[in-house]
Amino acid sequence: MNRALDDIFKKFPDAKRDSLIPILQEVQESQGYLSRDAVVEIGRYLSLPTSKIYGVATFYNQFRFQPLGHYHIQVCRGTACHVKGSLGVLDAVRRILKIEPGQTSRDGLFSLEVVACIGACGLAPVININGEFFARLTPDKIVAIIDTFRKEAKKNEN
Amino acid sequence: MATIEVNGQTIEAKPGEMLLATLRRAGIHVPTLCYLEDLFPSGACRMCVVEVEGERALVPSCAYPVRDGLKVKTHSKRAVMARKTIIELLLSNHPDDCLYCERNRNCELQKLAEELGVRRRLYVGEKNNYKVDASSPSIVRDPAKCILCGKCVRVCEEIQGVSAIDFTKRGSHAVIDTAFTQGLNVSSCINCGQCIMVCPTGALREHSHIKEVIEALEDPSKTVVVQHAPAVSVSIGEEFGIRPGTDIDGLLAATLRRLGFSRVFETSFSADLTIMEEASELAHRIQTGGTLPMLTSCSPGWIKFVEEFYPDFIPNLSSCKSPQQMMGAIIKSYYAETQGIDPSGIVSVAIMPCTAKKFEATRAEFTQGGRSDIDIVLTTRELAQLIRMRGIDMKSLKPEGADTPFGERSSAGKIFGASGGVMEAAIRTAHYLLTGRELEELKVQAVRGMQGVKETRVRIGDLEIGVAAVSGLINARRLLDEIRAGRRDIQFIEVMTCPGGCIAGGGQPLNQDPDVLRARAKALYEIDRVDTLRTSHTNPSITRIYDEFLGKPLGEKSHHLLHTHYARREVML
Ligand code: SF4
Ligand code: SF4
Ligand code: SF4
Ligand code: FES
Repeated sequence: MNRALDDIFKKFPDAKRDSLIPILQEVQESQGYLSRDAVVEIGRYLSLPTSKIYGVATFYNQFRFQPLGHYHIQVCRGTACHVKGSLGVLDAVRRILKIEPGQTSRDGLFSLEVVACIGACGLAPVININGEFFARLTPDKIVAIIDTFRKEAKKNEN
Repeated sequence: MATIEVNGQTIEAKPGEMLLATLRRAGIHVPTLCYLEDLFPSGACRMCVVEVEGERALVPSCAYPVRDGLKVKTHSKRAVMARKTIIELLLSNHPDDCLYCERNRNCELQKLAEELGVRRRLYVGEKNNYKVDASSPSIVRDPAKCILCGKCVRVCEEIQGVSAIDFTKRGSHAVIDTAFTQGLNVSSCINCGQCIMVCPTGALREHSHIKEVIEALEDPSKTVVVQHAPAVSVSIGEEFGIRPGTDIDGLLAATLRRLGFSRVFETSFSADLTIMEEASELAHRIQTGGTLPMLTSCSPGWIKFVEEFYPDFIPNLSSCKSPQQMMGAIIKSYYAETQGIDPSGIVSVAIMPCTAKKFEATRAEFTQGGRSDIDIVLTTRELAQLIRMRGIDMKSLKPEGADTPFGERSSAGKIFGASGGVMEAAIRTAHYLLTGRELEELKVQAVRGMQGVKETRVRIGDLEIGVAAVSGLINARRLLDEIRAGRRDIQFIEVMTCPGGCIAGGGQPLNQDPDVLRARAKALYEIDRVDTLRTSHTNPSITRIYDEFLGKPLGEKSHHLLHTHYARREVML
């Protein structure tokens, strides 16, 4: 893992504070999230305290601090989806999985992310799970979808 | 000199200084929330806005350089309204807990709301339901009361060089937090409490242990003894309207007895002990080519700082425990033995100007047979609170002396409370130990005063050593970096975590006025000036404890009771 970080750092040879965001983006891109270890390493590389890095990273919605779940749920909160009730969809996911955007469920199965328009306005309100779109959702449908994935995970386990 | 006009009155200004400084000097009060003396203005709160002729918008006076001919109105309707609106907005999601709040009647937010005549809630914002972080033995963080002035963040970074906390998230979700929202106890926080000292509200406070003390005092099966640190007697008076810089040592002892403590000891006595051990250690290191520069080890925030940020300097740290912990170790051994008390029946309380001492008391290094040497630490502020709770009128009491066998202290042990004091006391004794003669001039002026870095060279016989006294850990950081980079001319360094030393500790009365801090230090040096017993090694009580119990400095028993060692500490830096 450190090797991977080193490779990223190599792309930013004279480390300055303004490289922080691009570095955070690359690290998240390659590891799926910003781990504590990664933040500590970045801090060492840029001579920045971890509190500062965490502060900057939490300022933007794009960064997450928990590994992605087995199923990564992206809830679209673009305008079209909003008009068609995406807030209810988001609330349903939060309620069922007991996680907030940016978090991962304890069993590691699901993670949640809120995204701006994903360009599927015709299907609004829409979510995307591991690349697959689910269209015209209602809270009830969410229950069924999550259930299906839970069952699938169970089956794969056996 | 520049001349400006303020509210129709002409006042003198130094060109280039910030307008706020000019106003303050002229006695014109403009409120501030984010301003920190000596640090670069952040201009975040805009409480300090004033009207300047020719400027369309109101300007923040803390960040507005003065120039000749400026015409300023500090309390125009517009300026006052702007300030009032800021407070009203800050109150929109405030818990309004004043009655239950530690800062009730001593809160800048409350005071400003009152001064500006806020009488009803104009804006209603959504209240946050942040959890209180009480994980640290020293500091409690209550983000619901935070007004995001940023002072704690800046002090932690710019004065202490720690950066345990920072702004996280944004907009209405913005909150001061540690990296990864972990508890302060597992963060890099060194427990110094300097953030508390600058916090305008009750969002930061010490972890209170008053209840534990009351319980102990009410338990007839316990012998509750107390020690008080050198800096407490010159500051606690402020909590009771006594002029800053008044030493009320005798009243303090009398008060502590009224509260029910069965013995009152002065930490200055164990400071003398620290000096005996530390000066011997320094002499030993110099004579045997040991690790130098030697770094003092009395300040627990500094110790944690070294363990976290500079573990390569751990061998440089003096192995001496701090005076608090030396006293603690002696109470539950020598004192218990001579009094015929079972140490398990003793509750050992320490009154300290310091929040980090609470953390120090919990360290595993400072236990005997699984029992902590110090059971409870109260800050100066908490003791004042306890005294108020018990309705004791300090000023009406007659001064009393401290208890023997730990009563007599030298004034060398008293000046520990100011930055440079440990150094000065140690030089006095090291000179004697290395040459067999007393210093001609006991006063070491070069290490006195409030500056963050004081360096000088000291002659001890044929030897000349470089010494430095630093306070505020950002200064320690710079010095250690220089030493890492090869600087070799310093052999002995005193480090105090808080700027100015314990007189300005994180547990002291909430007054950051430099004049008040100087007055506290002056009171300590005045005690030293008039005292007849001014060196630790000539203190007869010290001689006695070595004769009767400890043997000799750095001896077997000392080693066991008065010394310790530290190890690298893994936290997120
Ligand atoms: S912080 Fe100040 S205003 Fe807020 S509840 Fe406490 S005393 Fe009242
Ligand atoms: S106690 Fe000291 S180290 Fe800890 S957060 Fe406050 S200022 Fe920083
Ligand atoms: S905790 Fe206190 S000092 Fe820190 S930002 Fe909040 S109000 Fe200001
Ligand atoms: S005190 Fe001037 S902007 Fe806060």
